[in-house]
Amino acid sequence: MEVLAVLIPVSLFLGMGGLLAFWWTLKRGQYDDPEGDSRRILRGDYDDHPKP
Amino acid sequence: MSDTPVFSSVSACPACAVTPAVVERASAAATDAGGRIMLSVPDAHCALCISTVESDLEAMVGVRSARLNLTLRRVSVDAEASVGAADVIARLKTLGYAAYELDPGTLSMTQTDKQGRDLLMRLGVAGFSMMNIMLLSVAVWSGATDATRDLFHLISAAIAVPTVAFSAQPFFRRAYAGLRMGRMDMDFPISLAIVLATSISFYETLKGGQHAYFDAAVMLTFFLLAGRYLDFRTRAVARSAAQELAALEVPRAIRLTGDAEETVSVADLAVGDAVLVRPGGRIPVDGVVVAGTSEIDLSLLTGETLPEFAGPETVVAAGAVNLTGPLTLRVTAAGKDSSLHRMADLVAVAENARNKYTTLAQRAARIYSPSVHLLSLAAFFVWLWITGGDVRFSLNVAAATLIITCPCALGLAVPAVVTAASGTLFRDGMLIKDGSALERLAQVDTVVFDKTGTLTMGTPEPVNLDALGPEALQVAAALGVGSSHPLAMSLAAAARARGVVPAVLEDITEVPGHGVQAQWNGQRVRLGRASWVGAEALEVTAAYLAIGAAPVQPVEFADRLRPGAAEAVAAFQARGKQVKLISGDVAGAVGDLAARLGISDWQAEALPQDKADAITALQAEGHKVLMVGDGLNDTVALTAAHVSISPASALDAARVASDIVLLGASLAPLPDAQRTATRAVRRIRENFAICFTYNICAVPIALFGFASPLLAALAMSASSITVCLNALRLR
Repeated sequence: MEVLAVLIPVSLFLGMGGLLAFWWTLKRGQYDDPEGDSRRILRGDYDDHPKP
Repeated sequence: MSDTPVFSSVSACPACAVTPAVVERASAAATDAGGRIMLSVPDAHCALCISTVESDLEAMVGVRSARLNLTLRRVSVDAEASVGAADVIARLKTLGYAAYELDPGTLSMTQTDKQGRDLLMRLGVAGFSMMNIMLLSVAVWSGATDATRDLFHLISAAIAVPTVAFSAQPFFRRAYAGLRMGRMDMDFPISLAIVLATSISFYETLKGGQHAYFDAAVMLTFFLLAGRYLDFRTRAVARSAAQELAALEVPRAIRLTGDAEETVSVADLAVGDAVLVRPGGRIPVDGVVVAGTSEIDLSLLTGETLPEFAGPETVVAAGAVNLTGPLTLRVTAAGKDSSLHRMADLVAVAENARNKYTTLAQRAARIYSPSVHLLSLAAFFVWLWITGGDVRFSLNVAAATLIITCPCALGLAVPAVVTAASGTLFRDGMLIKDGSALERLAQVDTVVFDKTGTLTMGTPEPVNLDALGPEALQVAAALGVGSSHPLAMSLAAAARARGVVPAVLEDITEVPGHGVQAQWNGQRVRLGRASWVGAEALEVTAAYLAIGAAPVQPVEFADRLRPGAAEAVAAFQARGKQVKLISGDVAGAVGDLAARLGISDWQAEALPQDKADAITALQAEGHKVLMVGDGLNDTVALTAAHVSISPASALDAARVASDIVLLGASLAPLPDAQRTATRAVRRIRENFAICFTYNICAVPIALFGFASPLLAALAMSASSITVCLNALRLR
């Protein structure tokens, strides 16, 4: 059971990481247009080169 | 918005701020910087639209970037000052997209964004804590005991207590506000369940107890926040497009003082002031014409399609549009006394009279809250009596009862359905302002239409061009080009569409209020009012063409039907709804249209108050009335009706007064919307039935003290997911 001493902090740390990533996406406004984003990903416009 | 960084970056250099030149440059830079133009583009719907709109707008000179938000159907353009909203709207029009300007500066928009992100953040925190706690709980459920269990409970507590304190704040705040107002809605039992579950679990953890409901408390918070967020999204999308459509004109007037003209706010005008109204401008105040002749369009005020003559001593009302010649008015009533303001007063009266509609959710909460509280209180006392004073065990049972009665499914039952339904309607081009409008729409049994601008496009079109000879047609087309009168413009456009080459005329002059005249092959030709060209006026809307001494030929006009109007009326009638037409226009025009659409029940020459009275009378008979209208004269009726719809082309006042805004030009989606609403209400009822069934099964278990955290978690997630899936069937 000693492994718990490692695993629990690890799981908490990963959870925190996920939360931080979520916070960052929220700040960047990535949930402002879910419908548009779901279609943008299928667009071929910038397949060969990134958007200037 | 983009002005601020420019200023702050300049004033960030304290030494420069003293030099006036720099300040000047700063303001120049600010104007150069242009700004963000926000437009509502209701027709955008696919990936192709994104590519077309964005790449085309970015190809425009002066546009830095453009981004189309498909969720809100909005395009945001970052452009230099040389590019105005009107340019972008014109450009989008050539692409085939109708666009309306939005005011990006409105406080409500940024606040809406902030509120949405705030809710989403709380939802995210609750979600991540729920996952972590659930991991620990699974270990406890699968048999961890003693020190391991206590440790896991402690860690859960360390995660859950801050999470609840942060994420459940919206419920606590609303519950507190509700308590202070003396009413008890869903927020109170929710808050009580969350707080009780957390504190009892905390106590149990410290005592080394067997059961801790941290997962249930956080899960409750998560599911309920999800419901709250869905609810918020529905309203935010509708509000942003319906209410922030910027007013098309600023309420300003040109005041004449001596020889000088000055532009002042309408609020600053006083009785007796002289006001100039140019052709094409809206009359800002009630007044009497002092100088000038013209024709005025009253269609938005009264629903009448035919423009009226205005000359000296004519009394005009605010809101009418001046068509042909400049008019000077003497103000007879401004501000509070004007007819516009009286209309607003009527709307306020109608609003007060409108019975407060209790939504299904409110009705459910009204039964649910007291019964759940009584149940858990009873459980507490009965167990106290059975166990002979074991407060700890009795409290545990009471808390388990509160948790297991799943307020989370109830909290999701309505928002999930409303979100699914309003999403469907949004794709059909309709905006719902709030969920209760959907419920009210489902109950409708009578539909009342306005005529001008609602069933018709409000633009007259010539109908008997074939009756004119080819030469007369050429003359009429040429005369039509010479005027800005709507009938003349429509005649010119119709002639152009037929490929008629306008005749060559000399000295074309417009006689404001009467018509246009010119010389053609040495003869005088005139197009205008019957009395002016010397003819008998017909019953229908018409312009009269006189060529030399030849008999006068009337050009008759009819208002074009709005696309989908006939289908909508037929579909409503097929579904057994009573359809009525109430208009302010003259009996001939209204009766004609009613006959064309197959509406047997119509009323003409109705004043705004008459329309509202007709609707109130219908509702007094027990009918549920849907009012569809667009004009200023409809606002009172729109407010008085059980539920109301207005097209996006309607006046701001009408759009604000109505519950649903129709974004497209066609009326065809209306019957579908009504059917969607009926189905949505059925889903809401089903969801309540599902919650009720879960409670019937789960409550006895909790009451007999057999509830465990595992059971609570299962019941809660199962009921929430069932409710959401049922709502999704609507799509």
